[in-house]
Amino acid sequence: MEKDYLKDISEIRNMMERSSKFFSISGWSGVLAGLYSIIGAWLIYTYYQFNPSQVQGLHPDSMWNMDILYIAIGVLVLAMFTALVLSLKKAHKQGQSIWNGTSKRMLRQMLVPLVAGGCFALLSLHYQLFGLMAPITLIFYGIALVNASLFTYPAIRFLGYVQIILGLVATWQIQLGILCWVIGFGLFHIIIGIYLQLRQKA
Amino acid sequence: MKFDLDSFHKAFESRIRLGIMSALAVNEQLSFNDLKEFLNLTDGNLASHIKALEKEDFINMHKSFVGKKPLTVYKISATGKAAFDSHLKALENFIKHQS
Repeated sequence: MEKDYLKDISEIRNMMERSSKFFSISGWSGVLAGLYSIIGAWLIYTYYQFNPSQVQGLHPDSMWNMDILYIAIGVLVLAMFTALVLSLKKAHKQGQSIWNGTSKRMLRQMLVPLVAGGCFALLSLHYQLFGLMAPITLIFYGIALVNASLFTYPAIRFLGYVQIILGLVATWQIQLGILCWVIGFGLFHIIIGIYLQLRQKA
Repeated sequence: MKFDLDSFHKAFESRIRLGIMSALAVNEQLSFNDLKEFLNLTDGNLASHIKALEKEDFINMHKSFVGKKPLTVYKISATGKAAFDSHLKALENFIKHQS
């Protein structure tokens, strides 16, 4: 009889978790997003000398080029597309759909800081506050991840905190912006992606 | 040792019903398809368990339309929530008295 009730408790726990959390995120999408970010950052750093050392303006010997914005948007779109395709594949394997109440709630939680941050970044570009690009994107993305983590793996919360801290460091030391951005969006996406992948396999 | 067996509601003897209540306890509302997916059940099987819970007044059904598609969602009722909570309490007490 005792064993039965223990099983009941584990079923309750299991259902509460399964019905309120979104576990179809693929670790590989984190790894790939990290790689795209590193390639994108490398492109704008080497080809466009984008490496602001002050809040406003650029080095006298480098110029703003709209390509930089296009590359950034390209990285973003590619990363989101990859995450979507891999989540679909994983959910299919788990016999679930990725469009359920939980994923909708998770996206809604993420969308508010992401849209606010995106608009803030674009408006800052308008004032040539190039030095704030890395901090803004890191901090708002970090907040979005912390919000989303309520509905998925706890590791996502850690990833969010890392982005926020790196964003603050990049605000404090503007010249470290690109480096912090590569560590946050690149390296830590890859680390957390591999961690999730290994954990899911185990 | 005092142990109140009455708190174990009959409706929760089925682990599937317990699962449905657990899912609805932590979600504002869930559609029929959400529940089907979480519990890995066939339409007919899930429908019969839902009917049993509705008969107890533990869950409420709402029908609406998304475009032209009908959407059926379920919510836990106040009665259901109370019964589920006291069931959890009873499980807790049972485990406590075991040790």
